[in-house]
Amino acid sequence: MTRTLNENLLHFGILAVLASLFFIVPDYHDGNLARIMVLAVYAVGYNLLFGYSGLLSLGHALFFAAGMYGLGLSMRHFGLPAFPALLVGIASAAAVSAAVGFLALRTSGVAFMIVTLMFAQAGFLTALHFGEYTRGDEGFVIQQASRAIAGIDLSDHTNRYFAAFGVFALAYAAVAVLVRTRFGRCLVAIRENEERARMLGYDVWMHKYLAVIVSGTISGMAGAAYALLFGYAGATFASVQYSILPLLWVLLGGAGTTIGPLVGTAFAFYLLDLASEVTTAHLLVVGLAIVLLTLFAPQGIAGELRRRGMGWLP
Amino acid sequence: MNLLETHGLSRSFGGLKAVDEVDFALPEGQVRALIGPNGAGKSTFVAAVCGRIPADGGSVHFAGRNVSRLPAHRRIELGMAYTFQITSVFANLTAHENVALGVRRVARAGGSDIEERVLAALDRVGLVDRAVQRAGDLSYGHQRLLELAMGLGQEPRLLILDEPTQGLSEGEVEDFKSLIRQLSGETTILLIEHNMKVVMETAERITVLNFGRVLAEGTPEEVRANGDVQAAYLGTG
Repeated sequence: MTRTLNENLLHFGILAVLASLFFIVPDYHDGNLARIMVLAVYAVGYNLLFGYSGLLSLGHALFFAAGMYGLGLSMRHFGLPAFPALLVGIASAAAVSAAVGFLALRTSGVAFMIVTLMFAQAGFLTALHFGEYTRGDEGFVIQQASRAIAGIDLSDHTNRYFAAFGVFALAYAAVAVLVRTRFGRCLVAIRENEERARMLGYDVWMHKYLAVIVSGTISGMAGAAYALLFGYAGATFASVQYSILPLLWVLLGGAGTTIGPLVGTAFAFYLLDLASEVTTAHLLVVGLAIVLLTLFAPQGIAGELRRRGMGWLP
Repeated sequence: MNLLETHGLSRSFGGLKAVDEVDFALPEGQVRALIGPNGAGKSTFVAAVCGRIPADGGSVHFAGRNVSRLPAHRRIELGMAYTFQITSVFANLTAHENVALGVRRVARAGGSDIEERVLAALDRVGLVDRAVQRAGDLSYGHQRLLELAMGLGQEPRLLILDEPTQGLSEGEVEDFKSLIRQLSGETTILLIEHNMKVVMETAERITVLNFGRVLAEGTPEEVRANGDVQAAYLGTG
């Protein structure tokens, strides 16, 4: 089908552009792009739950932080090498999302938002409470010498860029494939009409539960990668702000589209970056942009493209 | 052999006994109509059969198995298919995807097979030309037919249809009748229907509900001749 061909071309095109941008843009932007790609992984994970399954979580910072602390604390206190620590980070996020999902999915709608928010706040306060180990808000630096996998120094400018690219490509491709499967299509069906999906014989609860776990695990992978590549873990990343941000990025980019999370994250990042060069009231500019986008392109950037003649956009 | 049996199936809403100790048996392969005045408990009864609404009492047996404790999706998996009285398609998805969601659950085989089965189901209700349209953009009658195609796509052992002809044009009702006749050899059908012409021409047997209880059961001729049924419908009981 040409539609599938279009989709595949788009996916490979995006990854090819991201990989080649490193050689094109100045160093300053390389650093930004590495950060954007890692944060976009977070948004990709969030989008699976919010955009595709229709579950609005306000507690994803907990999963991001679970990945970040899973890696950071195991390196700092147990001297684990980077790669096993990365796996610990991802496993922590998977375990936390399995536990939180199990409890939070007893609710739906607004109650689900509140319950996830409360869990994340509890996680944030826990990180502060054990400040002796986590150093709370101040956070801790992960020593540059230990930030290497298979002899590749991930604090190096080039290596870091391509590590971020690798993590992004993995998450992006995984979700792009997932949403085409029977499982992914069923998530969309649940988003659109939960009762109908149930009466077509789908186990709605189990689908949602798995969506929470996959979404939380991808978010945690982003958190672990962030700590590893940028050498820092701190409780700010567990705060409510970091639960709202992926929602914002996904809304800006286009919920339920594969490219939306990347587009939204890059857009928000550069908007903030450019606005703060021009004025100290940079948050005002960001706020204004969000209001305008909500008014004139409520489906987000990719959603708007899809509406205007790119109906095939996945 | 009975494909579906209920024993003492009951469901109340507040003080109202919508379904009151209904014993019901439907042999495999039969086309059965369920009729009765408004509020007789027909929709509640089929909803309790497929688990959409939990029953207060009694039991449901499907294909020789007590399914009373199974959640709705497990009963559907065993081979029931349910179409909604109030059209409930996935409005933002294409007609094709609506049917494919049903087909994909039952067909674990390869993609081409799924494609064939989706198109076959759409073709049977005459919607194959509209496969790529958004379901929400279809006319009401076409959405009813799409509901039906979603049921057919699951290739169920028992097809439960809740007022399928409501909102259909006369021509579409004719097509529906011939579709039911075709299906009668393949699957068991439980049909809630207000259109008596459809009932009399398609059903092999009819069960009449009134005030949540079985009032009568028999062939179309027997039911037509039944004095209690006439009284219930005319309100002179």
